[in-house]
Parts: sequence; structure tokens; C-alpha cells
Amino acid sequence: MKTFRIAAVFVVFAMLIAACGGGQKPAVKSTELNLYAWSEYIPQAMLDNFTAETGIKVNYDTYSSNEELQAKLQAGASGYDVIVPSDYMITILKKQNLLEKLDLSQIPNIKNIDERFRNLEYDPGNEYTVPYQWGTSCLVVDTSKVSRPITKWADLWDPEFAGKVVLLDDVREVLGMVLAVLGYDKNSTDPAQLEEAKAKLSELMANVKLFDSDNPKQALLAGEVWLGQTWNGEASIAHSENEAIQYIFPEEGCTIWFDNLAIPKGAPHIDAALTFINYVLDAKNSILITKEFPYSNPNKAALELLKTEDPALYEAYMSFPATNPSDEDLKRTAPIKDIGEATALWDRIWTEVKGGE
Amino acid sequence: MSEKKPALWLRIYALLAYAYIYFPILILIIFSFNTQKINVRWEGFTLQWYKVLFNDQNVILATRNTLIIAFTSTIISTVIGTLAALALQRYRFPGYGAAESLLYVPVIIPEVVMGISLLAFFASIGLTLGLGTITLSHIAFNIPFVTLVVRARLHGFDKSIEEAAMDLGANELTTFWRVTLPTIMPGVLSGALLAFTLSLDDYVITYFTAGPGSTTLPLRIFSMVRFAVTPEVNALSTLWVLTVFIVLLIGQIAQRSQSPQQTR
Amino acid sequence: MAAETSSVSPAPRFSLIRQLRESPHAQGLALISPTLIYLLFTLVLPLLLVVVLSFMTRGPYGNIIYRVNLGNYTRLMDTLYLRILGYSLLTAALTTVGTILIGYPLAYYIARTPPRQRSVYLFLILVPFWTNFIIRIYAWIMILRTEGLLNSFLLKIGFIQAPLDILYTPTAVLIGMVYEFLPFMVLPLYTSLEKIEPAQLEAAADLGARPFMAFLRVTLPLSLPGMIAGSILVFIPAMGMFVVPDLMGGAKTILVGNLIRNQFLTARDWPFGAAASMLLLILTLIFTLFYTRRAGFGEELLV
Repeated sequence: MKTFRIAAVFVVFAMLIAACGGGQKPAVKSTELNLYAWSEYIPQAMLDNFTAETGIKVNYDTYSSNEELQAKLQAGASGYDVIVPSDYMITILKKQNLLEKLDLSQIPNIKNIDERFRNLEYDPGNEYTVPYQWGTSCLVVDTSKVSRPITKWADLWDPEFAGKVVLLDDVREVLGMVLAVLGYDKNSTDPAQLEEAKAKLSELMANVKLFDSDNPKQALLAGEVWLGQTWNGEASIAHSENEAIQYIFPEEGCTIWFDNLAIPKGAPHIDAALTFINYVLDAKNSILITKEFPYSNPNKAALELLKTEDPALYEAYMSFPATNPSDEDLKRTAPIKDIGEATALWDRIWTEVKGGE
Repeated sequence: MSEKKPALWLRIYALLAYAYIYFPILILIIFSFNTQKINVRWEGFTLQWYKVLFNDQNVILATRNTLIIAFTSTIISTVIGTLAALALQRYRFPGYGAAESLLYVPVIIPEVVMGISLLAFFASIGLTLGLGTITLSHIAFNIPFVTLVVRARLHGFDKSIEEAAMDLGANELTTFWRVTLPTIMPGVLSGALLAFTLSLDDYVITYFTAGPGSTTLPLRIFSMVRFAVTPEVNALSTLWVLTVFIVLLIGQIAQRSQSPQQTR
Repeated sequence: MAAETSSVSPAPRFSLIRQLRESPHAQGLALISPTLIYLLFTLVLPLLLVVVLSFMTRGPYGNIIYRVNLGNYTRLMDTLYLRILGYSLLTAALTTVGTILIGYPLAYYIARTPPRQRSVYLFLILVPFWTNFIIRIYAWIMILRTEGLLNSFLLKIGFIQAPLDILYTPTAVLIGMVYEFLPFMVLPLYTSLEKIEPAQLEAAADLGARPFMAFLRVTLPLSLPGMIAGSILVFIPAMGMFVVPDLMGGAKTILVGNLIRNQFLTARDWPFGAAASMLLLILTLIFTLFYTRRAGFGEELLV
């Protein structure tokens, strides 16, 4: 009786394991593609068209930070074919040998990408990645609440904005911004500079209503905060809801980032992945991205096409600095870089500022 | 407990407590009819989000995944967890203390750690991530919750009833089915309900143990919310609550028509 | 503990053991073995990986270098982390008290309604929690914010002159935490309250106890196991909670849960995160066992 019961448990457990195992089938030509990307970032219409045209079914799963993506890949055996990491994470993934080299001969549409966004520092020669979208994280102001002109990050420290500031919940963005205000490199690893930045950030805490990286526009639109730091896409959406909300490239400079399509090491459907990447870079497909998600599109051909296809949207895209910054604005931006060992120090400062009551 | 009607103050208190529980839900339902996509302020009434919802293949797939995982993990963890509660509450055996401590671990452990450790473990034994790995993980964190609730029920349970049953010739199994189980059933049911609720809503552990095509509702919603808490998400929650209420209502009517006299 | 009943009491004639012809040890082991085997694979082995990890070193890219050392644990011996732990303990304790204050009368009420209605009332507690966590939090945000529903209402009836600043404060965090954890208190409380026989209360009344004394002397002690089970289910997960403090508290403070999450998902320092979680795990385990042994399922306190 007892032995039977134990045996039964073993059997059930073994069955469970077996049921989950599955196992890889050898595929000649893939009919499936496992896409792992940021949430609310790839238009469903584009995926549906892709399936209709190529017969490849797409499973779209999402992550919400580069580090979540890295955790999955670092553990191995993720099963994904196409991922969308940002610039600094590509440096890391490359060094960890977690990316597959791209066969560019299978991605002829790379010619559509603006020269400015090809061959960037994190991936010379586009060996591993091609650009998907890019953007900035700069200063946002509700001009209906703040009457005086805001031109620099340092304005956030003004006592009149007590409890009226929103910042991204991201140590690299926030501490980087403070370093820039102090006139230092925002990727600084110098302990003395970081110590000074910590003191400066503590002063700002009285003005901070909240930190939010996911949905900062919400507090802005609800009138809870008047100004702060957001992604360009958040600012565009907020601007389309409330015209008084403006996006500003501050004097001290702000962050520029690039999200890229890449194939993780050991992807089960590399052929489908390459087909997909080339498909996304096609102008008529790429404009679907811009129609749905208001970040900046590196696809020059797509923007040309948009001009004739949807002049109103094209006008809105070109005229708002969040989606189409001027060359002058872009000069003020710089990317975040991996700071290696100094990450621990940055994290420590973040913990001290937030836990220091 | 006593069959007397609860005192007035207690009834008012309970009413207020239910109001606290349901007020946010009411707000959530109202805002599912909002025309403003960004859903920050009330703009006007519309039903369009329900239409959007019914055409959202991703949400439908995620709902299916969520239900499969929640039902499977609830059933398995309730059975295993109840057995463990019986063992811990009634017997002493070698390794008792260790077993008891082990059962607290999933309750105590930070979700992120459990998620990462499971991810690392599944990857190292070569298990493909997907519905299976999510279900295995949910069972693991559900077992202790079931055990705790059932143990609270078993505590002080009068063993003489069982002994009497055995004296009357019932064997161990019959006694268990006829006497023990019915008595601890409320505990088992609340344990199962708790497990189901936990499984439905888990984000962190599910995130790490999910693989291609196994996105659940919390994962899906979390990603939808990154754009904005659109009324579509509210509509989804509204339908969910509505479904449960309808099932509950049907159950009540069925019960009432079956036993009109029963008042105890 | 409970097991004593089987090993101490049986008189030969009533013997459960005689019929089973096996030792209670073997029976207990048979009942617990599915759990043990299951948790061995889904908990113990994965956790061993974490233990090993906690003695490793972070590589420059957030990778793991296999060099055994105690550095991660010595790093934790720091007033900064103690302060965070203290603040987390306080938040979790207040949450537990809040859920008891709201949950006890509620569970008591449900246990005193006619048996057929009980399951309905119990269900009514759980239904809201079958919506999504994030959505419920956002509903609270709508209610609590400066131009939100609560403030508009209170202003309209003239109860306040200026809007209350609740959202993104510790008060908001507490409101949200109590809300999210309430069912975990009500369920076990109900389970043990429901079990109390009316006869026990009547006996107390017969002995001349006034209702309040009867409650204090009979009901409360008998419901203690439920309250303890509930406290464990609320207090401990509340310690590791970070979503409510982030969304309703404006992410302005760091709790233990944030600290550990950040190590894995922003600082990319898995070994340090592993060490922090092991320490938290051990502390909480000691606390829980001490608590349950002392006051919990032990018989001595239960009249």
C-alpha cells in the first residue's frame, strides 16, 4: 500500500517531466518564429502580415528591461530566435558570447537604414545587429503648469517644484543626469565624482514625487507632476493627449539609445529569424511601427514612404522634437555605456539615496 | 459556530470591509467604458474596448494558458499539500523538523530568487521552458499555502470520531473518505482557492519560467500596461469578475433548488 | 506538537495503529513523501544553485566568476542594509496588523452566518483578487491621487479644504499592501473560527462568562492557529513585496524586496543578490519556526 503510493508519486512526477520535455525536432525550413521583444513595441498587424506572406507563425513574448532579457539568455536554452536588445546590452551580450553573427547577405533591406544609424560604436559593421528603433530620454514639461521657460536639468532643483518632479526609476538615467548637471561624464566611474553626485541627488529628493520607468506619462497627464524625465515615446503620447506637454533637450545633455534586432546564440529557427529581420526592415512594413509606436525610426526609406502614404502623420512625426530631434538637439545627446565593475558602486549610491531616511 | 444572527455592529463592520474590497473593483469596471485610451480621466461612454478585447488573439491565448496552469497546479498542489498537512499535524517521523522548515521556504523566499533559481535549474537539466515549467513552479509555491491552511483546520480536530468509525469496522481508506476528508474539506477548499488565486496572479516566477508561446495573462497585462492602463485591460478584468459572479449565482440557484428545506 | 496525539494516547482498544500494523513513522513519511520529493526537485536543488552562487563573484559584465569567497556576506554587514531590513520589517508588521484589524471581524462575521451562505461570502472576498494585480493597484492610484476620486468627493462634501496628499506616500503603500494581502489573513482565520463549536461558547456562557469575556477566553485562543497561519502568509510575503511600494509609494524607498530584485535585474550582481536572499531566507526561517513553535500550533497556549 505504502510502497504503491510512493511508486505512484514517482510515476506522476516522471510523467510530468516527460510531458514538459518536448524535445527539439529537426527542421528543414522553419514554420515558426519565437520573438522576444519589449512590450508594446512590435505592431501586431506587422506580425499578422508576416505570417500571411511567409507562412511562419510568430510567438511574441515580452520583457520589460534589458536585464530581464540578459537573465533569460544567461541561463541558457531560452528557445528564442529574435531579440531586441539596446546598445549597451549588445556590448555585454557580445562579450558573453550570447549573440549569433548575422548573415547580412540575407538582409538586403539593411540598405534602407539611415547611414547615421549603421555601423555604430556598439556593433561595428553590423556584425550582430540591425537597428529597429531609437530614441532619447530627456526633459519633459507641462507648460500649462510651469510658466517660465525650462532649458536645463538644473531647473529641477528649483524649490518651486517641490513634489512636482517625475524621474525614471533607473539609476543609470537619474545619476547620469545628475553627473551631467555637475559637468561630469554621465558614464563616470570616478568615486569622488559619484560621491558628489549622490549629495546633489539627495537634494533633489525633496522635489521628486515619484520614480517611474514604465508609465511616467500617467502622473504627468493626471496633473500629479509638472515636469521631469521621460522616454521620447512617452512624451509623444502625452503630447498627443495634451499639447501643453513639451519635450526639451536640456543644455547639460541627455541620453540617446538604440534598440536593435539580433539573434541569440543557439536560436532554433535561424532561417526564419533572418527572414523576419529582413521583413521588418522593408519600408512598407516599417511604417507600421511608426504608425503605432511614437519612437524614432532609423529606416530612411520608410520615412520617405510615410510622406506619401500618410502626410498628416509624417508632419506630426517630423515636427515634434521627441520623434525627430534637430541636429542641434542630437549634439546634446550621448549613449549610456556599460560601466563594468563600477556598477556595484552606482547601485550602492542608489540604495543609499532611496534607503537613506 | 453559533447560529444566532451576528450582532448589528458586526454586520456594519463586514459591510464596510466588503465596500473596501469592492470599491477599487467598481472603479475599474466603470473605467472599462471610458473613451479615453490613455484612461487617466473620464471622457465618455463607449463599448468599443470590449470589441477590441474579443478580437485580441494574444489576450485569448494568454487566458487559455493562464487557466490551464491555474487549474493543473491547483489540483496537484491541493492533493500533495493536504497529505503533507495530515502528516505534519498527526505524525512524528524522522526528519519532521526539516520537512516543516522546508515547507516554509517557498513562502519566505523572495519571488525573484525562486524565479531565477528555477530558471537556472530548468536550464541546467535541459527542460524546455514553457507551460510545463510554469506549472511545475506554480505547484511548488502553492503546496505550502495549501498545507498551512489545511493544518489550521486540522488543528484540534477530534480524533475520536475517526477511531469510532474504525471501531465500527471501517478500514483506513473508508474512514479517510467518509470521516476525515469531509471534516477537513472547508480547509482543503480554502487552500485550493488560495492556490488558484495565487496561480492566476503570479507574475515574477511565471516570468522567469516562461518560454516561447507560454505568455500568461499577468505577463500579457504587464506588457499592455507599459503603454497605458487602457480600458481594454479594465474590460478584461470586468469580464473576469462577471464570469465568476455568474458561475457563483448559478451554483447558488442550483443548490437552493436542490435543498429548499435545508437551513441547519 | 500535534503528532503527540498518535504516539502518546492510543489505548489498545481504540488503536488506530493496530489496524494499520505499521509504525506511525512510516505513515507520516508516506504522507509527506510526495511533498518532499516534489520540493526536492523544484526547490531544494534550485536553491542549492543559489547557495553556491552566493559564494561566487560578479564578473565585469554581470556574468559569474567561479571563485569561492565570503565577500558577498561581509558586504551585507552594513548599517545601510540593516536600516533597509528594519524599514521592511516595520512595513510588513503594519500590514499584518492592518489585515488582522480588517480581516478578523470579517472572518468572524462569515463564520457566524448560516452554513450555506458562508462559502458565498468567502468567495466574495476572493473574487476581486481574480482580476489582475497591476490593474487593482492602478484603480487605487485613480482613487487616491491629488485630483482623484477620493479628494474630489471629500472636497465636494466640504470635509477637507485642500486635497490630501496620499498617493506616493507611506500611507498609500499601507493601503495597497493591506488590500492585497487581506484574503491571506481572512481565509485561515475563517478556517479556524468556523471550527469552533457553539457548545464551547455555550459552555463559557453557562459558566457566567459575558460575551466579551467568552470571546477573549474561548474564541480568541481557539482562533489563534488561524491568526498565526494568516500572519505568516501576510508578514513574510509583505517583507519581499516591491510592486506596491514602487507603484503606490513612487519607488522612493528601497525595501528588502527591491534590494534583492535590483541585484538581479539592474546591478546584474547575481552573487550578491543570492547572498542577500540567503541571509533573508535564514533570518525569516528562524523567526517563523520560533514563532510557530512558541505560540503557534503548540498546544500549551490553547486553553
